[in-house]
Formats: sequence, structure tokens, C-alpha cells
Amino acid sequence: MTSLSTPLPFDPSRKPSLRKRFFSRPMDTVISLIGLSIAAWVLWHLLTWAVLNAVWTSPDGTSDVCRDIKGACWAVINTRWRLILFGLFPYEEQWRSTLACLAIVIVAILSCVPKFWTAPRLGLLWIAGFATFYTLMAGGVFGLKATAPSDWGGLTLTVFIYAAGMLIGMPTAIALALMRRSDLPLIAKTTGLFIDTIRSLPLITILFTAALVFPLALPQMLIGDKIWRVIIGFALFFAAYEAENIRSGIQALPAGQEEAARALGLTYWQRTTRVILPQAFRNALPPTINQFVISFKETSLIVIIGFFEVMASGKAAYGSGDWAFAWVEVYVFVAMIYFVFVFSLSRYGAYLERRLRVGKH
Amino acid sequence: MLSIFASRKARRFVAQAAFLAVIVLVIGGAVYQARQNIAAQGMTSGFEFLTRATGFDIGFKLIDYTPYSSYGRLIVVGLLNTLFLGILGIILANVVGLIIAILRTARNETLNILGTVYIEIFRNIPMILQAVFWYALLTQLPPPKQALQGFGLFLSSRGLYLPGLNVTGGSAAVFFLCLFVALIALTIFATSRRFSRVPAARRGLIRWAIAAIGCGLGAVALYLGRIPDTSLLSLPELRGFNIRDGIRVSPEFVALLVAMAIYGGAYIAEIIRAGFLSVGKGQVEAAQSLGLTPWQVFSRVRLPLAFRAVLPTLINQYVWLFKATTLGIAVGYTDFFAVISVSINQAGQTLELIGILMLGFLVINNSIAFVLNRVNKAIALKGNQLRS
Repeated sequence: MTSLSTPLPFDPSRKPSLRKRFFSRPMDTVISLIGLSIAAWVLWHLLTWAVLNAVWTSPDGTSDVCRDIKGACWAVINTRWRLILFGLFPYEEQWRSTLACLAIVIVAILSCVPKFWTAPRLGLLWIAGFATFYTLMAGGVFGLKATAPSDWGGLTLTVFIYAAGMLIGMPTAIALALMRRSDLPLIAKTTGLFIDTIRSLPLITILFTAALVFPLALPQMLIGDKIWRVIIGFALFFAAYEAENIRSGIQALPAGQEEAARALGLTYWQRTTRVILPQAFRNALPPTINQFVISFKETSLIVIIGFFEVMASGKAAYGSGDWAFAWVEVYVFVAMIYFVFVFSLSRYGAYLERRLRVGKH
Repeated sequence: MLSIFASRKARRFVAQAAFLAVIVLVIGGAVYQARQNIAAQGMTSGFEFLTRATGFDIGFKLIDYTPYSSYGRLIVVGLLNTLFLGILGIILANVVGLIIAILRTARNETLNILGTVYIEIFRNIPMILQAVFWYALLTQLPPPKQALQGFGLFLSSRGLYLPGLNVTGGSAAVFFLCLFVALIALTIFATSRRFSRVPAARRGLIRWAIAAIGCGLGAVALYLGRIPDTSLLSLPELRGFNIRDGIRVSPEFVALLVAMAIYGGAYIAEIIRAGFLSVGKGQVEAAQSLGLTPWQVFSRVRLPLAFRAVLPTLINQYVWLFKATTLGIAVGYTDFFAVISVSINQAGQTLELIGILMLGFLVINNSIAFVLNRVNKAIALKGNQLRS
């Protein structure tokens, strides 16, 4: 009688044993031990610095508790976190900043749910989220005190510029991609030149141009606030890169798709919105998520043209004499904020990529 | 009247004409408005300011520059700084990237984990934050009197001190030019079809000859250009409260270089890793069965195949890294962008200076892409070599 539980001869889903993975040959054992001991040494020092010897709170709000300590002085975060997260937003109104950021985060999480993956739903979701954010932050209605965008700061400003840039950039990217593929040579060539020019310039030069040159070349009524010009510059930069992602997604489609749609008598708009773009987006999803990740990191560049975003507010948090020695802690905190956002987004991208690959086998 | 829209040809013509008209209107309107605004603010336009003296000094320069130098020279200084930082940064990022990629594709899982941790940490934090962090770290180092030292190097709050040579700047430039020309000659010799009929035995000889001539000419240039009454080698040493001799590399430059190497290295590592994974198993097995040593399998089979497979992606990454030199302004390094930004503040010629800035980046980035794409075409794998 044969047992039904005979193990398969080779099961790719089963991982080889720990011994095989780390210590299969003498040389491997040596390398593993060296690597592990280096890792252990670094981890131990990190642990003693960040946790065991750290000072977490400062009862009187001054930096005296951190004199002569060997570990991290997290008290600086404890006293200054409001400055880092909210900038100079009025203290008693900071709950609005919190809610506004929360709204964007919730919208971002919701748009990861496949149920929302149609253009009208995603669009509505993001416009609603952004409107909530803007109403909460700008105020002036529902009895909220009005605050100008120039008073916004910290993480809230970063989130605002990012969300607004993506919201404007995505439709622009689709338009640019379609224009570059247009069969009217003049439109296709001009758009191509525009996209390639923007792509070969550094983002900071574009932001700088938006902040400084646009006011010179625009009539008075179109100049608007500096922050909006910078957001449009940011959105254009994103759109130029994203347009190329979408275009390569379109080009990866078999020609038969477009031809079949044409043969059915669909008009250009029907072909594009019902046949081409839905499939192109599926192809372009991995590079698009990657572009979202890169763009979030690039929002930090606005510090150079004088905005008080999360890095600048971090600098202000340790910059005022009293806490000047605690710069490492502040930078680690800001880096962790970025890390949480960027890492979760890129993990989600990797998950999506695996999910999409399943359908192809 | 409306019947002309019935013709497809006419419709296309009208659409393009309308598009052109909109573009001309937008650009024309912007130019008109800019002229009006400039006239209203009483500013002059034109490029005469390039010959005016700047009146301020800057921190990092590769060629002579004083407050009496012109704006034109200032811009050249900035361009050279950007090129210098960009080239060194890309080379270092490649080295870091290759090491991490080897760790990530190694058979030993400990090394894989270490490589992954490196990438996940440094790729997910903005480069500007890293640059500012390294800069803060470097400026918080002990003063020259208590500088960290070893291997003839000094690391203090005033920067990094390297051993150097007592030679004039011009001869050093000639030296690097000789090396560069020799490198180009070697590349041409290796890739051009004209030399492909040279027998293999003589190829090695010719290669050595080119390298020797390049190095020899460079050495002669260095020897001729030495500063009289000094020893050729200039070692940094502590004298009084400061470090004398040697080459001082400013903390701004070191911070940016480290940030470029670490952040760019993390991206390049992932690209090279993808290249290693694309090399077919059969290629490696064939090489092993021919009796090649592990090092030969790596350097003669896996690395060249991987490099060729990912060169197009690498080119994009190089262009991206080159653009990242503009972060110099965040730590006070006088790169091309920082120089333009200062000039706009001082001279006020916003439009002209922004034009120079954009033109500069367009020319540099497109030439990087052009040259490397030619290299890519020359060494790209023909046929189906990449299949396993």
C-alpha cells in the first residue's frame, strides 16, 4: 500500500533548508559567518544608539536632558514633531493638517483596491480626496479660518505638492502620449520635441523656471501664486516621463487590437478609451508605479526654491541653536517618513507586477 | 463653407494649422509679455553682461577664478565643476553598483540579504536628503588639529586631504587628456571593424603599445609641468592649526560624491543585477565546461553579456545621475545650476541665464546619450547570443 503523502521529487515552492542556503560549502560558511557578524555588529551598535541609550522625552522642553548621553536624543522629535509635520501652520488649526493628510493617505490606499480601477472612479476618488484636502487646509468655508498656501509647511506641504502634481500630471501625460502618437506629423513632432526637451533637463531647472521665469513671460492675471506655478512645473516634468511610459505601453499592444477596433467601426475616441488605453495601462503599470515612487522622492527638491517642506522644516527643527547637536536624529526621522511612504509604494508595485505576471502564463 | 471639413485631407490640414497657430500665439505672447515686463522693470537684455566682472568669489573651482573674472568665466567654472562631479560620481556609482549587484546575485544567501538591505535603505530615501546628511556629517568632523588620518589621508571639518603632485594645473589637464585619448583609441581599436583583421597575437601588443604611449606622454607632461624647487610628491601634513600641502577636497564635493555613489549605486546595482539574471544558464555552463576558472567565467562571460544586455537602461541612469549634480546648490557646491542661480541674483539677466542653463543641459545630456548609444550599437549582441 502506497502512502498518499509521498513528497514530490521537486517542489519549487519549498525553500531549501537553512543549512543549504547559508552553509552548503566551507567557503560559504566562512562568508556567511563574516557577513552575519558584520550585520550583528552594525545592528548592535544601532540598537544601543537608537534604543538602549536613547533619551525619549524632555520634561521641560529644553535640550538639557541630552547633555552627556551616548545614545540618540529622540527628545528633539518629541518637542519639535509638530514643526516637522505641519511647518508653521497655526498651532490650534493643526488638526486640519492631520485630517487633510489622512484624507490623501486614505484615497491613496483606496486607489490600490482593484474595485476602483476605472478612469471615472479613480478620477472622482482623487478629485474628492484632493478637494477635501484643499478645503481643510485653505479654510474660509464652514467656519474654518482661512490660511494661505504660503503658510503651509512640513509634511503637509510635501503631500499637497505631490498630490496636486500627480492629479494634474496624469491627464497631461495621457494627452501627451496620445499627441505623440498622433498621425498628424506636426502635432506628433512638436510633442516629441517638447517631451524630449523636458526629459533632458533636471527637475530643479524646471521648478526654477516655473518660479522665476514664468512671472516674466505671463500676463498679470495668469501669474497666480508661486506654489501653483511650481506644481504645474512638477506636473509637466512628471507628465513628460509618464507619457513615455504610457506610449511604450501602447506600442507593446499587438497591432490587431487597433485594427479590430477600427474594423468594428469604432471612432477614434471609442478606440482609444475602450480598447487601447485600458490595455496600455496594464502594460505600463510597473513603470508607472516606479514613476510615482520617484516623483514622491523628487518633491524634496522644492526646498531649493524656498518652500518649507518636510526637509526644510526638519532643518529648522534642529537649526535653532538649542538642538543643533541633534541633527542626526532629525534627519533619521525625516528619512524614515520618506522611507515609509516610498517603501510601501514600491512594495505595492512589486506585488502588482507579480499579480499581473500570473495572468500571462 | 462647411463642406471642406468633409474631406479628410482638409480636416488634417485645418487641425495642424490650428495647432501651429496656438503654439505661435502662446510663444509670441510670452515673448511680447516678457519684453514688456523687462522694459517696465528697467532691465536691459542681451549678453553683454557675460564680459562684466562678477565681484564675488566662489568655493570650488578647477580653473583660475577671482572676483574680477567675468560672468562668462564663472559659467565655464560651473560647467567644469558639474562635468567633474558628474563623471567622477558616475564612475563611483558604477563601482558601488557592480559590487552590490554581485552581492545580490551571489550564491551565498547572507550576501544576498546584505545587498537587499543596502538597496532598500538607500534607494528609498531622497538623494537630496542623503547629500545634506553627508554634508552635515562632514562639517561636524573634528577640526584639522584632531583630524582623522590614515593612508596619507586627512579627514577633517575643512574637507578631505589627499596626497597630490606639485605640478601646474595645465600639465595635470594634459596628463588626463593623454589618458583619455588613449582610452578612446583603445575603444576604437576594440570596436571598429577596420582593425578586426589584425591577428590576435598582434592585437595584444598594439593594445599595450597604445596604453604605454598614453601613460608615457602623460608622465612626460607631469614631469615638465612640475613646480620648481619642490618635491614631486606633495603629502598633506599637520602644521600648526591647519593641514598643509596635498590636495584639499571640500566637504561639499565629498558629500555630493558620496551621495551620488551611494544613491546612484543602489539604482545601478538593480540594473546590473537584471543583466546578470538575463545571462542564460547555458552560457555559464558552457564556459565552465570549457575549463574556465570562476574568475574567467565572471570576467569573460557573465559580466560582458550582462553589461551589453542592460547598457540602454544604464545610459538612461547615467543621464539621470548627471542631472542629479544640480543638487549641489543644496550643500553649497558651485555647480552649473548654482552658478546660474547666483548670477541671476547678481546680474538680473534671468531669461538669458535660464537659456544658457537649459542649452547647457540639453547639449551635455544629449551628447552623453549620443556617444553611449553609439557605443551600445557597436557592442550590442548580434543574433540570439543572449538565449540560453
